[in-house]
Amino acid sequence: MSATVDRRDFLKGAGALIVGFSLHGAPAAQQLPSAEKAIGKTLDVNDVDGFLAVNADGSVTIYCGKVDLGQGLRIAIPQMAAEELGCAIDRIAMVEGDTALTPDQGPTAGSTGIMRGGVQIRQAAATAREALIGLAAEKLGRPRGDLEVVNHEVRPTSGGPGVRFGDLVGDRRFGIKVDAKAPLKDPATYTVVGKSLPRPDVPGKVTGGHKFVHDIVVDGMLHGAVVRPPTIGATLADVDESSIRSIPGARVVRIKDFLGVVANTEWDAMSAARALKARWTGGGALVGDAGVRAWMKAGPFESDESLVKKGDAKAALAGAAKRLSAEYYWPMQSHASMGPSCAIADVREGKATIWSASQATHRFRATISRLLGLAPAGVRVIYVDGAGCYGMNGHDDAAADAALLSRAVGRPVRVQWTRQDELGWDPKGPPQLLALEGALGDDGRIAAWRTEMWLPKATAQLPNIPLLGPESAGMPQAPGLSTGLISQNGNPPYAVAHQDVVVHWLKDAPLRPSNLRAPGKIANGFAVESFTDELAAAAGRDALEFRLAGLSDPRGIEVVKRAAALIDWRARPSPGPGGVGRGIAYLHYKNNETYVAMAMEAEVDRSSGAIRVRRVGCAHDCGLVVNPDALRQQIEGQILQTLSRTLHEEVRFDRSNVTSVDFASYPLLRFPDVPRIAIDLVVRPTEPPLGGGEAASTPVPAALANAVYDASGARLRTVPFTRDRVRGAFA
Amino acid sequence: MPTFTLNVNGSPRTVEVRDAAEPLLFVLRNQLALTGAKYGCGLGQCGACTVLIDGEAMRSCTVSASAAQRKAITTIEGLGTAAKPHPVQAAFVAEQAAQCGYCAAGMVMTAAALLAKNPKATRDDAQQALAGNLCRCGTHQRILDAVVRATGAKA
Repeated sequence: MSATVDRRDFLKGAGALIVGFSLHGAPAAQQLPSAEKAIGKTLDVNDVDGFLAVNADGSVTIYCGKVDLGQGLRIAIPQMAAEELGCAIDRIAMVEGDTALTPDQGPTAGSTGIMRGGVQIRQAAATAREALIGLAAEKLGRPRGDLEVVNHEVRPTSGGPGVRFGDLVGDRRFGIKVDAKAPLKDPATYTVVGKSLPRPDVPGKVTGGHKFVHDIVVDGMLHGAVVRPPTIGATLADVDESSIRSIPGARVVRIKDFLGVVANTEWDAMSAARALKARWTGGGALVGDAGVRAWMKAGPFESDESLVKKGDAKAALAGAAKRLSAEYYWPMQSHASMGPSCAIADVREGKATIWSASQATHRFRATISRLLGLAPAGVRVIYVDGAGCYGMNGHDDAAADAALLSRAVGRPVRVQWTRQDELGWDPKGPPQLLALEGALGDDGRIAAWRTEMWLPKATAQLPNIPLLGPESAGMPQAPGLSTGLISQNGNPPYAVAHQDVVVHWLKDAPLRPSNLRAPGKIANGFAVESFTDELAAAAGRDALEFRLAGLSDPRGIEVVKRAAALIDWRARPSPGPGGVGRGIAYLHYKNNETYVAMAMEAEVDRSSGAIRVRRVGCAHDCGLVVNPDALRQQIEGQILQTLSRTLHEEVRFDRSNVTSVDFASYPLLRFPDVPRIAIDLVVRPTEPPLGGGEAASTPVPAALANAVYDASGARLRTVPFTRDRVRGAFA
Repeated sequence: MPTFTLNVNGSPRTVEVRDAAEPLLFVLRNQLALTGAKYGCGLGQCGACTVLIDGEAMRSCTVSASAAQRKAITTIEGLGTAAKPHPVQAAFVAEQAAQCGYCAAGMVMTAAALLAKNPKATRDDAQQALAGNLCRCGTHQRILDAVVRATGAKA
């Protein structure tokens, strides 16, 4: 193997890991001052040069199609590359999600950042290392087997002078394919992977210097805002442009039913959007939040699908002596990102450049090219950090808004959504309804199980979720729904001889849906693991023992036992004597990924209905852990975010529109309600790395519901667990 | 256009404000390039825009720039830098107390105001002081640990 010498003078001086970029002036190079010089490089995921480059000074630049949304890929992926390449972590820079520079590694979604994206880059790094050794072997006249890579050079294992990376391929292409068989380092020899290295973006984030997409300024940029209709689906009848005449420089952009304003300053744009008088007609006829559950049962349906069929569940249920059934409901929820979506677009002369916090810059590039009728080569989407998004929030909608406004006025336009825009119009996590039936055998174990699910059906091969601005502007878009993989984990993770899981796929959703963290699996886990607890209680058995009796996978058993130990679990049937209750829940994510168990202690105030979560213990096994502290951050975040979703969150809407458009009507978990969290990571360096960004969300609601039941005897089957609902459960 | 002076991070800064109602937040961010404070809700509900005004943690989205004249305004940039962090900022780094980081400046400013008044604040004190600051990533535990660390006590 040898690297070809195609000399290219790119990436000079890309030394340190640079995650911000300079303020003001046109931020052409978003993440690295020198990255612009690399434009034209290959984006092929099969090429080593797609993913990494060695610079003249021996430093390394990684081109990563996955992006850091706050989950720590910005340190973890460089760690994986550094390990294979024998590099210092602070001499690796990473460019993320720039369609002109980074390969398309798919959206940053589904907890695949490390397990797919990182693993791809690791293999490219291992291939590069082998190539560097080959080049050094020629140069030094020594057999490959005598050489090793250490600290940006290849040197003889026996000592003596080596040759530096920069002298082998500095600023040149490798010109080789990623070799799936390039050997990976033995995990026993890891020195970088497995270390809790600090994330490079944190100092900037806590001192105000880190630049979010909200903070960047493009030369000549105007500020835009979009006026959405008061009723979803309404038609714009007329606009009174004189209503914003008092704001100098403000002007109206109207494209069919798309109504926007553009102004010189952000405040002027916001003020103009608020002041603009428009008359809308029609639209509405939504089912309303109170009507969702009945609507889901009524249809219309697309199809029924059998997901699991083992034995004869119907017959086993019919013949069982002890049989239970229950229905669980999960409402629509918002991403509720802390920063309303923001983007900048510069659409001029047949080209478009878009700065966006999109999870999927390559997909969005194709979408913009299609919508605006621009050649894909002329469209560049550059990822810049936004507020955490946990799935597809309004980022892509805001970017499309900005593109429409920019094209209309011929200048770069920044669009900043308001809080009301974000909570009102971000695509929502879909509603989920599950009906469960189970039977206990004479041995006190689960003999039969049936899950029936009612879920909105995601549209196959939908190129992009239909975007709001283009929809209003009458631009053709493929119709359909996006939800993520919401039907997984509807089966019990325990040995049950007779089981059915069926789904009734709904043709539509009450509001435009999208993927929201751990799509579907949180609600399914809530139902399955709460119902498991109902069966355990009906059998008069301890909830932990009942689960362990049905588990045979040693990795599953390990996390369940370790989670229970974190809250000093003592065996007894539920409900307990009152006071503090404890609950446990377990999930094997997507049935073949991360193993996670959650144990929780909670108190319930019977008179007020208030739930207080006292402590949470989580045991987590995602195989190889690249950065334990970053993983812990993710797990803590998932626990608290899912507690928020479980205790407080439901999108409210009436016949016309979403009504929960601020943090009073869409409340989130607050500091006084934050419990103590303990995390036990099961570390398995020789196993492949699995996802850490979603799985720990999934057992949270059931662990809490089970703790509430143990504390009070009240079984909560509808989210959110509001005080009224808790009081109702006692009635 | 009306022009006036704001006292920001110890320096007089001249700003031009067409609309007397324009919130301080937008003037700091767009005229003074102090983008650490973030727009989160515009309603004083989330705390992402928190700055210190005469030492008090205030929501810069609900205070007009004109009303902030003749007051001492401190933004996150005036508290410390990555190279020379304020003890609260150093503690946030040590605890890695930011994920997406959009709420972080508001958390740091609120914590700094708390510790200026109560250098021995406990975890409970921090939970109360931060009750009006929202975080969506779920970084709360680390933020509390950071506040306690900044007091010099053990978390």
